[in-house]
Amino acid sequence: MPESTLLQVENLVLHFRTVKGVVQAVDGVDFDLAHNQAAVVIGESGCGKTSLARAILRLLPRNVQAYSGRIRLNGLDVMALGDEEFRRQVRWVKISMVPQSAMNALNPVIRVGDQVAEPSMVHHGLKKADALEQARKMFEHVGVPEDFLSRYPFELSGGMRQRVAIAMALVTAPDLILLDEPTSALDVLTQANIMNMLKRIKQEMGTSFILITHDVATSSELADRVVVMYAGQIVETREARRFFNEPLHPYSKKLMASVPRLRGDVEPEFITGQPPSLIRPPSGCRFAERCPERFERCAEEPPMVRSHVHAVKCWLYA
Amino acid sequence: MLEREGELGNEGGRVADTLAERQNGALASIRNLRVWFELRRFGFGHAGYVRAVDGVSFDLGYGEAVAVVGESGCGKSTLMRTLLGLHRPTGGQVIFEGADLSTKSKAAMKWYRSQVGYIQQDPYGALPPFMTVERILSEPMLINGIKDAAERRERMHRALEEVKMTPVEEFLPKFPHMISGGQQQRVVIARSIILGPKMLVADEPVSMLDASVRVEILKLLRGLQESHGLAVIYITHDLSTVRYFSERILVMYAGQMVEKAPIGDLLRDPRHPYTHALLEATSDPDAENATRFKDVPPGEPPSLVRPPTGCRFHPRCSRIMSGLCDKEEPPDFEPAPGHYAKCWLYR
Repeated sequence: MPESTLLQVENLVLHFRTVKGVVQAVDGVDFDLAHNQAAVVIGESGCGKTSLARAILRLLPRNVQAYSGRIRLNGLDVMALGDEEFRRQVRWVKISMVPQSAMNALNPVIRVGDQVAEPSMVHHGLKKADALEQARKMFEHVGVPEDFLSRYPFELSGGMRQRVAIAMALVTAPDLILLDEPTSALDVLTQANIMNMLKRIKQEMGTSFILITHDVATSSELADRVVVMYAGQIVETREARRFFNEPLHPYSKKLMASVPRLRGDVEPEFITGQPPSLIRPPSGCRFAERCPERFERCAEEPPMVRSHVHAVKCWLYA
Repeated sequence: MLEREGELGNEGGRVADTLAERQNGALASIRNLRVWFELRRFGFGHAGYVRAVDGVSFDLGYGEAVAVVGESGCGKSTLMRTLLGLHRPTGGQVIFEGADLSTKSKAAMKWYRSQVGYIQQDPYGALPPFMTVERILSEPMLINGIKDAAERRERMHRALEEVKMTPVEEFLPKFPHMISGGQQQRVVIARSIILGPKMLVADEPVSMLDASVRVEILKLLRGLQESHGLAVIYITHDLSTVRYFSERILVMYAGQMVEKAPIGDLLRDPRHPYTHALLEATSDPDAENATRFKDVPPGEPPSLVRPPTGCRFHPRCSRIMSGLCDKEEPPDFEPAPGHYAKCWLYR
């Protein structure tokens, strides 16, 4: 394990109670992240990506059935902290988040400048004028004109709102920012501009990112490491450079093959069948039913096969 | 059904004679189309127009698939809605099989709508939640006077088989919420082809679906287009999917078409600076991406209430020629045969 490890997640579990049964949204997830590293979590909708982010930031709904495991941040066991301590010491101080839809992330009746200033006032105890000055600096970083500070969210375009939401996550200078589909609702040029901006922030401020997305092509814009999730579990973790050339897990291979490409002459394929229900996931490998390479052993739960550069949950590599 | 076709035959035939040669057998011709929406102040005072579509021309051949690519707010949805007969053009014409839509009677418009299938972006929103698949598919046939229940059933079966929803009997009694997103989109597609249209308008048909299902639906649409000889207008903001689907591509920016070209030509040799930017912004999965910055223009598309003078892309363009691009609107130049670019670079 690299010495500059920022985040270590071990056996993280998040289950929800619903009328139909217990949804095993995050089911025994392990991974770690180094300082100034960007990991992307990719997978289909409903695979538990967003729940993973919420579990890390402890933004939990009321219907939690089980929430356990170990999360260490800079060596500090944050799972041992009480809710209030977690709020004071971790949330938005060390880890912040850009939620899925920026429009819903912003309060419609508060000026965006005040919203971006608020975390500095709450967590750093700054006076309003100083906090606004901080907000102004952040606006500069994310490329929002200064006079937008006094505007309301509805006066901003989708791209600008997304930048404001990113500014809000950056303003307390956290070590780690969780980005949940930050660009999926945006146009391609705006998307490219925002990815450029995130790369610049990563270089200049040394921030680490966890980018959650279903868009494999865009994910490659930021990724140092790729984490592939399927049905509530991580099936592969690998260095981006290797992953995009040669994914290991059969699901990762299928997922990569389904991406339409602009350049090169590869016909995209599709994955037959549907992901299993997270209420009663199949025993054994959860991808077995859709897997072209399945064999007898897949009826048993595969181990996480680890080397120093990758981890893959598949019997083919055991 | 037969009566209606007769009706149109009379009306359409007359106009068709005069326009047939000019159109070279195009199924639909869009001529200098403008769709403006009036802005009102305090409910009545005139406050200008939103020029959503402003001078768009193109032809669509029988059985041809074209893609209209552009960012949100570029007018592609307004263009689509006008083609579907949902907006009246402010100026210019939409000519379908030789007849101008604006001259059509109400009955002829109804016939026209049966000839144009529509595939919506959000399948769940497009399907009434309180209707079963059977009812959803019957609706267009009932409205268009297919009175014979046996024929309706037969068409329903055929359409569902074509979108690969088998066994059909299993899906007919289901409500939209009981089937997956991909299956919902299949029902939408089945509904759009059930009257045997000549043209389909597909508005971002796969953008709401998961990557793994996306390709499947695109291939299905492509198959239907080929087997039925359907003309398809595929509206999207995602350049990476267009080449699996269409032969020609039309790039829209701020209410106008800035580049029109066969797909291979456009990807190999894009001419308009905006098209360059779109291609640059579109990523393929490649770890190298993380190490370089993309060369994309800053800023956002202009307001369509007061679009920039001259070329509408000039405020963001890196190859601007001052005194020309910001003053005069470029016409369509043809730098290569069949490849049009609305840009002064090719004068």
